Amino acid sequence: MAASFWEIRDQAAERWQDLAAGETPWIRVGTALCGQAAGAEQVADVIQQELEKQGLKARVSRVGCLGLCFAEPMVDVLLPGRARVVYGNVGLDQVPELVASHIGRGQPVAEMVVGCLGDEIGDDLPDLQQHPMKVREQRIALRNAGHIDPLDIYQYIARGGYEALNRALTEMTPAEALEEVNTSGLRGRGGAAFPAGTKWRFLAGSNAPDKYILCNCEEGDPGAFNDKGILESDPGTVVEGIILAGYATGANHGYIFIRHGHDGPIDRARAAVAQAYELGLLGEDILGTDFTFDLEVALTGDSYVSGEETALMEAIEGSRAMPRYRPPFPAQVGVFGKPTNINNVKTMAYVPEIIARGGEWYAGIGHEQSTGTAILCLSGTLNYTGMVELPMGINLTEVLQDVAGGVPGGKQLSFIQTGGPLGGVLSAAATDLVLDFDIFRAAGAILGSGGIIAADEDTCVVDLTRVLIAFCQYESCGKCFPCRMGMSHMLEVLERICRLEGTPDDLALMRNIGENMQAGSLCGHGQLGFNPVASALRYFPEQFEAHIVDKRCPTGRCQVPHFSPRLSRR
Amino acid sequence: MDGLKQRIEKAVHCQPQTTVTILSSLLAVEDELGYIPREAVEEVAAFNRATINDVWAVVSFYPNFRTVPPCEHKVEICWGPSCHLVGAMPVVAAVLEAAGLEDEGDTPDGRLTVRYNTCLGACALAPVMSVDHQLVGRVTPQKGSALVSEVLESQEERAE
Ligand SMILES: Cc1cc2nc3c(=O)[nH]c(=O)nc-3n(C[C@H](O)[C@H](O)[C@H](O)COP(=O)(O)O)c2cc1C
Ligand code: SF4
Ligand code: FES
Ligand code: FES
Repeated sequence: MAASFWEIRDQAAERWQDLAAGETPWIRVGTALCGQAAGAEQVADVIQQELEKQGLKARVSRVGCLGLCFAEPMVDVLLPGRARVVYGNVGLDQVPELVASHIGRGQPVAEMVVGCLGDEIGDDLPDLQQHPMKVREQRIALRNAGHIDPLDIYQYIARGGYEALNRALTEMTPAEALEEVNTSGLRGRGGAAFPAGTKWRFLAGSNAPDKYILCNCEEGDPGAFNDKGILESDPGTVVEGIILAGYATGANHGYIFIRHGHDGPIDRARAAVAQAYELGLLGEDILGTDFTFDLEVALTGDSYVSGEETALMEAIEGSRAMPRYRPPFPAQVGVFGKPTNINNVKTMAYVPEIIARGGEWYAGIGHEQSTGTAILCLSGTLNYTGMVELPMGINLTEVLQDVAGGVPGGKQLSFIQTGGPLGGVLSAAATDLVLDFDIFRAAGAILGSGGIIAADEDTCVVDLTRVLIAFCQYESCGKCFPCRMGMSHMLEVLERICRLEGTPDDLALMRNIGENMQAGSLCGHGQLGFNPVASALRYFPEQFEAHIVDKRCPTGRCQVPHFSPRLSRR
Repeated sequence: MDGLKQRIEKAVHCQPQTTVTILSSLLAVEDELGYIPREAVEEVAAFNRATINDVWAVVSFYPNFRTVPPCEHKVEICWGPSCHLVGAMPVVAAVLEAAGLEDEGDTPDGRLTVRYNTCLGACALAPVMSVDHQLVGRVTPQKGSALVSEVLESQEERAE
């Protein structure tokens, strides 16, 4: 007989108490993708070596993303009874001094501190919560990111994990659980912002014996890393969200779908699943109830379109990731021919908190029909790049100027690109709008998965549009003609414009191609593929004119020899 | 080391997950060998009760599959928009030059593969490249070309 939830919970609390308030210092190193790119793995290794060399005792954990990716590698040190001190940009050569001073003598190295967390912050060091990137944050899906060891399910449970599942299984009917998600107004974070509750109802309405829940972490959008970031930082909230979705809709099987090669998210998701099985949180008769749910990690190859919901099903079944015709819709005939619901990682990550705190609570955060928070990936020419979770309704200009600290080098912002390659560009002047799915859409951009790429005055919008279309051309799965040929043709035209060889007819030609793609393509890739060009033309007609009529690139970017990877899929 | 056939069989037959498909089998072979030899296509087809054609359809769809043995080292450079905007192209040029290549591909001596990538997932630290699966952020053309020289040298030492 498996342990009851509260027994597990007590064990978890004990372990956490020992870590966070015990005798031994606790050192946490951020090793999500940005951390890795900044050399955090080596920093963690050297910390371990230094501790041994200096004869000091401390626990070292590899954690996920605190959000301030620009300051990676980040190391945070918790001494018993003291505030947690977070260091940024830690170089390998600084580690010996950091260890000797902070662990050895109890003296934080003030120059390297980004900020402190906890109640006992003195006056001498800054409060991390007051950092521009942190001060407006409201973390729901990211509540544990950077705080817990993602490979240890007990740490997730100690911070409230699986309480929602326990509550749902013991106190709520599936219909009641579904109603909470419906009330919350939660909308899908994978791009289309479709209400999750409505989609779950489609699946709940089917009384087929086998039903599937899929969680989409394909995340091929360049500029977006929050799905991988969540799985790397707190896979527990995703796994729990998926099990809850299964309970609410009467499904008994699930997959987390990740692109092959992203070992951080894959390993951490697999560990979270395996540990949940060990504790009786997955499998047969979960927590002693008669609810059964099986969950597995499935991998795909390099293919952007495999993130599209029906292509994803093809990939899980082991075929080429090419979208299917709809109808039948996934809720009728999905993966392996069974009724299926699919949600993005972020969508799932919210669910435990929605069940724990109630749909009303979640619906009270945010802006009109866009409830809750936006999990943004800030990249490009910004001072503070990273991952933030902000309530919907915050003004985008404030996000760029305050949260992200504006553009480095005193330069001006020229435009931003949002929502991945199928999203759009917004001129700097058009960023005076609030975070809201519908407001973004009306402005010709997509909030979608939350990638926001900023471009300063030295960049060329025509050149970036060419890169976006190069991506779309490369990633077209080839199933339908308007997308396959349309993308290639559009890329040719954009390359010609960037070489300053475009003709005035080219704009009409691109619009014509775009209309055909929109009307004649099977999936969103072709249907939305004209978005980047359409939005660039809408906000920057004079830039295209300069390239075509005046034969010059105003920022000079297009004179730099450039390449477009003209790759077919093989 | 086991022979090629044994390694393929082991990879295909010992997949840890429950759902085993053509794609999952191919990914397992790629993890083991770094490429998909003809023998593996046959084994994957037999194991999944599929035709050679079915398997080739999958191999040829996903560009991560290669059909010739891998080079000893692999460098990937991101040309995604975040990286592009902050200087990926000069990095691409520098890396290609250091590798003696005109475009992505293998060096003729089989020592280094250079691949473009559409997003390595560390966009906040753009431009990004990876060297033998290790991510490197905020890379400059100088750094990129130095990293290439470094991996090539490390191999020379081993050969001596
Ligand atoms: C070409 C294409 C690529 C997509 N890629 C992804 C992806 O990487 N991740 C994702 O969550 N959704 C992606 N989507 C959207 C999915 O089809 C689907 O709408 C989404 O996963 C549903 O989850 P949600 O309702 O929680 O947003 C893509 C759609 C298209 C057309
Ligand atoms: S629109 Fe493009 S990506 Fe979508 S199915 Fe057609 S060819 Fe494939
Ligand atoms: S990856 Fe480390 S803070 Fe984001
Ligand atoms: S766009 Fe280069 S790492 Fe994401």
